[in-house]
Amino acid sequence: MNWTWFHRLGSPPSFYRFAGRLAPWLGGFGLLLLAYGWYAGLVLAPPDYQQKDAFRIIYVHVPAAAVSLSLYVLMAVAGAVALIWRMKLAEAVMVATAPVGASFTALALVTGMLWGKPMWGAYWVWDARLTSELVLLFLYCGVIGLHAAFDDARAGARACALLAIVGLVNVPIVHFSVEWWNSLHQGSTVLKFGRPAISADMARPLYAGLLATYCLCAHAILRRAQNELLLRERNTRWVRELATELGGGARVS
Amino acid sequence: MTKRQKRMAAVAALVAGLALAAVFGFTAFRKNMMYFYTPTDIVEHKVADNARLRLGGLVTVGSLKRGEGLNVEFMLADCEKSLPVRYDGILPDLFREGQGIVATGQMKDGVFVADEVLAKHDENYMPPELAKSLKTADGQHSCAPFKSVMQAAS
Amino acid sequence: MSPEFWKMGGYALYVWGSFGIAAGIYLWNLIAPRLRRRAILETLLDDE
Repeated sequence: MNWTWFHRLGSPPSFYRFAGRLAPWLGGFGLLLLAYGWYAGLVLAPPDYQQKDAFRIIYVHVPAAAVSLSLYVLMAVAGAVALIWRMKLAEAVMVATAPVGASFTALALVTGMLWGKPMWGAYWVWDARLTSELVLLFLYCGVIGLHAAFDDARAGARACALLAIVGLVNVPIVHFSVEWWNSLHQGSTVLKFGRPAISADMARPLYAGLLATYCLCAHAILRRAQNELLLRERNTRWVRELATELGGGARVS
Repeated sequence: MTKRQKRMAAVAALVAGLALAAVFGFTAFRKNMMYFYTPTDIVEHKVADNARLRLGGLVTVGSLKRGEGLNVEFMLADCEKSLPVRYDGILPDLFREGQGIVATGQMKDGVFVADEVLAKHDENYMPPELAKSLKTADGQHSCAPFKSVMQAAS
Repeated sequence: MSPEFWKMGGYALYVWGSFGIAAGIYLWNLIAPRLRRRAILETLLDDE
């Protein structure tokens, strides 16, 4: 099989330019959509018949929880590509995804606690969903820590990739925990087919928030991957040219 | 085999091994990861008095009796069996007849005496007007999320 | 906005707390890569 197209796509300078062009659009669109989603969620959506206004926490909790799982899959897939094809870009994407994913996992946990206290009656319980989501945070932290512990970026990336792939087993556990086990956490609202789980005027801000969060995460990952490539390629011509170009402008201003 | 194909096979083997280990682990530990028992578990498989455990189910509609102070008594049911529960303490905001709850406590003479009650709401969200028009919504939650531990383990 | 809105039916602390922390996380994700990029470019220029 011929993989040259794959390597061309993964060439650091061309990815750097591509990310630089795409990221502002993702960021701008994501922010606008998030502003709509939060406004609609806080102001336009009616209160829930049971949870009243406390249910509005769903508009920050569910997008955070959704990206916490999606980004882990992205990180592990990038890790596998980095292991198999020894591709620098995949290493950069994997390393860039970890802090973004960790931050949203932490957000999902904290907003979940703030939702659990008034509704369930407890900030935290050790049921399958909450415990496996906490394990997810530890896995992200493990990848970040492991990467920081290596001086050689390429060796570090290989170790991180292995940990990310091993931790992949936790992802279906988080997602299906509420079906496989008795838990205090309720089932999935968004990925539930058939019976309406959430009325349309409550769902719209949720979907907007979900899409916005995916866009903003993509923005952050592209920016972080750019940084990672700058560092790894600092001795190449394209980075030096870029630095003088940008640095020269900054010194004048 | 080229080096790249070898690495591909190694990663595939790693993922396959992990998946297999996860399936075995899941079958072995499923019972231990259950957050609560259900009335069926207690009624059909007697548990020792004074064994502390969590019990989850729906508060049977029409069974709630308020005693002196904060004392409440009600029936708790899964899809099959039900059990009387007694509790003396502050109830969560969502507590009401028909609601899912998880109580922590122990069996005493056929009554589950709880010292903590948490609400377990479901994944459905709707405005009050819609809830009123739906028969299944208010006061009638699904018993499906309360799975018998003993039946799941077998 | 009416004072009723800010009270969030008595759940103000939990609702506004959640949205406040979320705003912090979103902002951090937007700003942190930018600051790091600036730091990296500075070290790259110093190397020359």
